[in-house]
Amino acid sequence: MKSLADRPVNPVVGVPVAHESAALHVTGTALYTDDLPIRNSDVLHAWPVQAPHAHARVTALRTAPALGVPGVARVLTAADVPGINDSGTKHDEPLFPSEVMYYGHAVCWVLAETPEAARLGAEAVEVDYEPLASIVTLADAIEKQSFQGDQPTVARGDAGAALAAAAHRFSGEVEIGGQEHFYLETHASFVYVDESGQVFVHSSTQHPTETQEIVAHVLGLTSSQVTVQCLRMGGAFGGKEMQPHGFAAVAALGATLTGRPVRVRLNRTQDITLTGKRHPFAASWEAGFDDDGRLVALRATLTSDGGWSLDLSQHVLARALCHIDNAYWIPNIEVLGRIAKTNKTSQTAFRGFGGPQGMFVIEEVLGRCAPLLGLEPSELRRRNFYTPGQSTPYGQPVRHAERLHAVWEQLLGRADVERRRTDIADFNATHRHLRRALGVTPVKFGISFNLTAFNQAGALVHVYKDGSVLINHGGTEMGQGLHTKMRQVAATALGVSLASIRLAPTRTDKVPNTSATAASSGADLNGAAIRNACDQIRDRLAEVAARKLNIHPDDVRFDDGTVTGIGFSDDGIPFAELVNDAYFQRVSLWAAGYYRTPGLHWDAARMQGEPFKYFTYAAAVSEVEVDGFTGAYRLLRADIVHDVGDSLSPLIDVGQIEGGFVQGAGWLTLEDLRWDVSEGQRRGRLDTQSASTYKLPSFSEMPEDFRVHLFERATESGVIYGSKAVGEPPLMLALSVREALRSAAAAFGPDGRSVELASPATPEAVYWALDRARTAAREAARPAGMDAPVPAPVRAK
Amino acid sequence: MDATQITVNGSIRPCEGISPNLRLLDWLRAEGLTGAKEGCAEGECGACAVLVARPDGDGRTRWTSVNACLPPALAFDGQEVVTAEGLGMADGARTAEELHPVQREMAERGGSQCGYCTPGFVCSMAAEYYRPERDATGSGDRVETGTAVVGEEHASDHETGPNGFDLSSLSGNLCRCTGYRPIRDAAYALGAPAENDPLLRRQDRPAPVARPTKAAEDGTRFIRPDSMEELLSLLEQNPDAQVLAGATDAGVEVNLRHSRPPLVLAVDRLEPLRVLTLGPDRIEIGTALTLSEVERGLAGRVPLLDQLFPQFASRLIRNAATLGGNLATGSPIGDTAPALLALDASVILASTGGEREVPLAEYFTGYRQSVRRPGELLRAVHLPLPLAETTAFYKIAKRRFDDISSVAVAFALRLEYGTIASARIGMNGVAAMPLRALRTEEALVGRPWTEETAVDAAAVMETEGTPIDDLRATARYRSAMLGQSVLRFYAQTSAAPALEVTR
Repeated sequence: MKSLADRPVNPVVGVPVAHESAALHVTGTALYTDDLPIRNSDVLHAWPVQAPHAHARVTALRTAPALGVPGVARVLTAADVPGINDSGTKHDEPLFPSEVMYYGHAVCWVLAETPEAARLGAEAVEVDYEPLASIVTLADAIEKQSFQGDQPTVARGDAGAALAAAAHRFSGEVEIGGQEHFYLETHASFVYVDESGQVFVHSSTQHPTETQEIVAHVLGLTSSQVTVQCLRMGGAFGGKEMQPHGFAAVAALGATLTGRPVRVRLNRTQDITLTGKRHPFAASWEAGFDDDGRLVALRATLTSDGGWSLDLSQHVLARALCHIDNAYWIPNIEVLGRIAKTNKTSQTAFRGFGGPQGMFVIEEVLGRCAPLLGLEPSELRRRNFYTPGQSTPYGQPVRHAERLHAVWEQLLGRADVERRRTDIADFNATHRHLRRALGVTPVKFGISFNLTAFNQAGALVHVYKDGSVLINHGGTEMGQGLHTKMRQVAATALGVSLASIRLAPTRTDKVPNTSATAASSGADLNGAAIRNACDQIRDRLAEVAARKLNIHPDDVRFDDGTVTGIGFSDDGIPFAELVNDAYFQRVSLWAAGYYRTPGLHWDAARMQGEPFKYFTYAAAVSEVEVDGFTGAYRLLRADIVHDVGDSLSPLIDVGQIEGGFVQGAGWLTLEDLRWDVSEGQRRGRLDTQSASTYKLPSFSEMPEDFRVHLFERATESGVIYGSKAVGEPPLMLALSVREALRSAAAAFGPDGRSVELASPATPEAVYWALDRARTAAREAARPAGMDAPVPAPVRAK
Repeated sequence: MDATQITVNGSIRPCEGISPNLRLLDWLRAEGLTGAKEGCAEGECGACAVLVARPDGDGRTRWTSVNACLPPALAFDGQEVVTAEGLGMADGARTAEELHPVQREMAERGGSQCGYCTPGFVCSMAAEYYRPERDATGSGDRVETGTAVVGEEHASDHETGPNGFDLSSLSGNLCRCTGYRPIRDAAYALGAPAENDPLLRRQDRPAPVARPTKAAEDGTRFIRPDSMEELLSLLEQNPDAQVLAGATDAGVEVNLRHSRPPLVLAVDRLEPLRVLTLGPDRIEIGTALTLSEVERGLAGRVPLLDQLFPQFASRLIRNAATLGGNLATGSPIGDTAPALLALDASVILASTGGEREVPLAEYFTGYRQSVRRPGELLRAVHLPLPLAETTAFYKIAKRRFDDISSVAVAFALRLEYGTIASARIGMNGVAAMPLRALRTEEALVGRPWTEETAVDAAAVMETEGTPIDDLRATARYRSAMLGQSVLRFYAQTSAAPALEVTR
């Protein structure tokens, strides 16, 4: 059999096609989980009772008043759970808690005939709370040493000695904000006990298998008695990897207890206040450079805000530690990671999964230090790139490091950076109140789950007698175009047209024991599994064709629905005819496919190994214009060169790159989670719990000129049709926007000055950064002795 | 009275006996039209957007995009609504040729990823597609759109497409997946509607009239009064009634704070509240005209308001929200108040006992408080003429499109031979109610409009109001923005060539 990366002639992969559901999307006929209840009758609606305390003990729970509200059918409490009262995999997330761990924590759920009755029922439930001391800031958690989980260190060389000997040494601290997923479709589950007695769960979930397992353990059933289906999601971004399970379990518990279908659909307020977000981080760092600006050492401590339970925090932290190097060779390094335990939502997976926070730190270091080293920031970055033969701090060789340099050079050329720098200097010299600047940053992102066991996938491919094909795989569709790519893979592998491949919704009774669709790995894993299934069928069909054509099976070719011998241009057998022949010869026309990523190993205790199949490389140039009166800014242009291997589906990949970039820009510039940190009644309450207070990027944040280029001739060996993952890496390219804003703020002040910029870099944050720069310029304008600042240790706070 | 009913996608659907609290979105979804989605329930995301046939001048109709998550379904009694399902006029999946042009461009250019926001985008885009003023022939050369990957180049930096498409028509729609570029390309690729396009032809005929609806369910009454007399008399008898125009604020109260007013009085189609009169010494603007209607009606006659309109929420909101609603809710961060204060506006308060005129500067009395008495209704806003000639409106917010002000400032100066003869400055976001910056006005009047004057006035302006720290901004930033606004105003209105105008 040919290798996984090889493409046949005339492949369907690589063709730019629209999303496979695009026609359904635009006509409003694509169905999502919460479009199903109105197509059923007798449905009960659920509403949570959310606690108004950051931390409290539940001393009494009286549900009787709710039962008196017209339309209320039942109140679900811990006493109703026949199995295990837990919504997570680590048994630290009680589904119905007796101790409130964050403001808004759901203590019980009301089921009623209408959402309105359920809401009124929830208001009628009486709960007595004994308030307890709470921790609602990362700083407070660090001071009180409130941590959870392991505290791993990634280390190589002797960071302490190298820092002591470094020609230039700097230090700083920085806080990195979290991010709300704000998928447009909030969490939704719809559960009934079907005609065969199984618990049938419709859930908007990235991880149907885990949803199935949690529902089963809450109900005290086996996994075989529960089926989870995910039609499609209206966005997920990691927010539906762990978080859907509890909501599905509530609906399933209600459905089994009442015998009626139960709908759990969070409104936006509930979704934002109940579910976890991207981890905020605090970082302190010390960096040493030689006289050429080469990093000789980095010592840092990264503390993530994990919220009230562990959830995926340990894995997120591991990925942060594995990406603090980003694209840079750091010979001596020692980075400690910690997870704070706070009274907030349990922070969770979000596109990039810790990678963005890790990269943020090193880009902050370079952005802060470049002026003090007298170097253009992008030149400082380039000088520190990995070169072939080097390894990451965790011991993985940086394969294809030369590609990083090639991507960078191509980007600078395509984006016309040299000429634009001159134009920008001219613009800045002639505009008193505006400053423009470029930010250029690279991305090197490791692909595969850090947790090795997740790197496996299954698929089910059926060929029917009429030649039509039905595929199932373990991945879920959240808008990323996975299903589109999987249809292209199947069409390519079977040599049939795209139109003849139908893809059925993801469900756990078709493909069991699946991994989350996450870590950018959906296409790599499931594509290889589909390819495996298709190859089995094609090989069997090749034997049938070979007999008919009187040639060797190796010489049979499948192309666009016609089966021929090698070199034949006529005498083709239509695929459907061959399939029919095969059936009458009693040849199996379906197959289960399987794939495990080879060559991975990871020692989580030592933080050493080769956790990644490969690295994805990319780089971006962003140009911003900042208004000196307000700190408001515009993203004038963004150029990206991205290595996606040989693209499976270029239109889909460009969509992922552009969307990831803008989402990252939102995280870094606009999206600002604010919790009430006062000692008052609302301590711990999320103040930004709606679309009017939590602002996502809109059209006004789109780069006005947006140019994405896919790096060419980039075949990745050992990966499905030579492609590379694309889901997460582009998000981190938005660091170029933050660095451009830093440089633009700096341009209001004197040269050689390190600029502090708060995150997110809102107009207010940029205003204070430029205001400090302007003040420094006024002071520098005073005569004598202020030239050439000497590089010296700086404290960022 | 006729049975309550709404025409959706060309078919009449009865809605007898529905609750006045049932929103248009939930009613549509319960009818099986689940294309429109709830993304935020407060008119911020546009996933629920639909088209409604609204009056457009003499005997014509304008397809108007609105959020379906905010208004009650009963407010659409007798009206015509089109959803994403209706644009293509068929069931289930269909081929590209069967799609509406807006749907086709969105689908083929990668304008949808997860697809959840897409039906709303399609409706907002369709409204702009049919906008009568849009010049689809392209006054300039056609700008190529698309991505290099599929052999096309990107659109250049424009917020109006080569096809006359105004991108701000999509400012009320959020997408979390695409990063918007393919949606912009889809919008800019649209041609003119075909001559026989049924929705285009529908605009040639009058919009449905508003019917005097009366309904009562779930302890709530919904009444659309037939006349001012009926409205004012109902208001006198029920001073706690919820007066409803565009529902852009009242709908949020219903959805997020679960308010359930006992009586809702729909006033948005009452003709006496929808006048726009250009007199010799004043402009009168009816309080039930939507901001979009006011913008079209004034047609650039009040430059300060032309600066305000694009910054006021989004097109979806401006298509429903009214001046009356914005002033009646009296939010300290409402955006019309600063502009109207600078324009020296007054309001007409009407009741069964007659009318009175109150200067807007005396209208607000505290946090969401005003001199409006129980039983009184805001009937009109008066703008005195001639207008001050040197004006500006500055809104400071995190996001340029569709955000809520941290601070907004409006300036109106009269200059005589370079000297400031009068100054009116309105502000929001710096006190419990919108304010005039009286001390700064005083610091300006009688002085030449020079950089020195601006710097001095900025120092005074920084001390106006009593700003606080909140999730949108710190008090310190708000004060700084007050001062900077004076410097910015000077930079933009003085003749010095070195001072550019921010785009």
